[in-house]
Amino acid sequence: MTEKRVIDARGSFCPGPLMELIAGLKMMQVGEEAEVLSTDKGSANDIPEWVKKVGHAHIGTNEESGVWHVTVRKMK
Amino acid sequence: MSSNRISIILTSDKREQLQMAAMIASVGAVSGNEVTVFISMNALQYFLKDGPERAPAAGAMGEILERKKVPHFMTLFEQAVELGDAKILPCSMAMDVLEVGHQDMKPFVGEAMGLTTFLDDARDGQVWSF
Repeated sequence: MTEKRVIDARGSFCPGPLMELIAGLKMMQVGEEAEVLSTDKGSANDIPEWVKKVGHAHIGTNEESGVWHVTVRKMK
Repeated sequence: MSSNRISIILTSDKREQLQMAAMIASVGAVSGNEVTVFISMNALQYFLKDGPERAPAAGAMGEILERKKVPHFMTLFEQAVELGDAKILPCSMAMDVLEVGHQDMKPFVGEAMGLTTFLDDARDGQVWSF
């Protein structure tokens, strides 16, 4: 299994975490996964919506002490 | 068939308006929309190479935006162009009035556009004004 690319967007507000994810995805290979760390709840809800809309895969979201971990697989 | 074109008219020099326009431009552009931002009037100065970095707050929210770690509106506009192929086009009339040219604008800003072209381009999509 390949290592996940961690995108630490803690402290940033919408649409900061999403834009950081997109910048990260540009540098990744198809099939690789990114885990976005966000303290912004809106972004935690928005990122899976964006992922679905543009055709990547939302692997999962979990919250640990106020930090959302949103995992995404690059599909194209 | 519905259009995926988003046209934004940005004329304000206030932080809240600049921020909201930048949010729509960036998120719109990375979500498969063809985004054009037409910048004119008091907004144009921020897109000059040596333009002001800070915009005055219109209200309490603008003050909070400054204090918290909200992405800067200019960063979002730049990301809209780089990550989503948005076009940020200055109004040719505002450029003439300010006596500035393309070389005076930030590198991600496109060529000046006239109102006739903008209105024609904006005809079939969403139009947002700030």
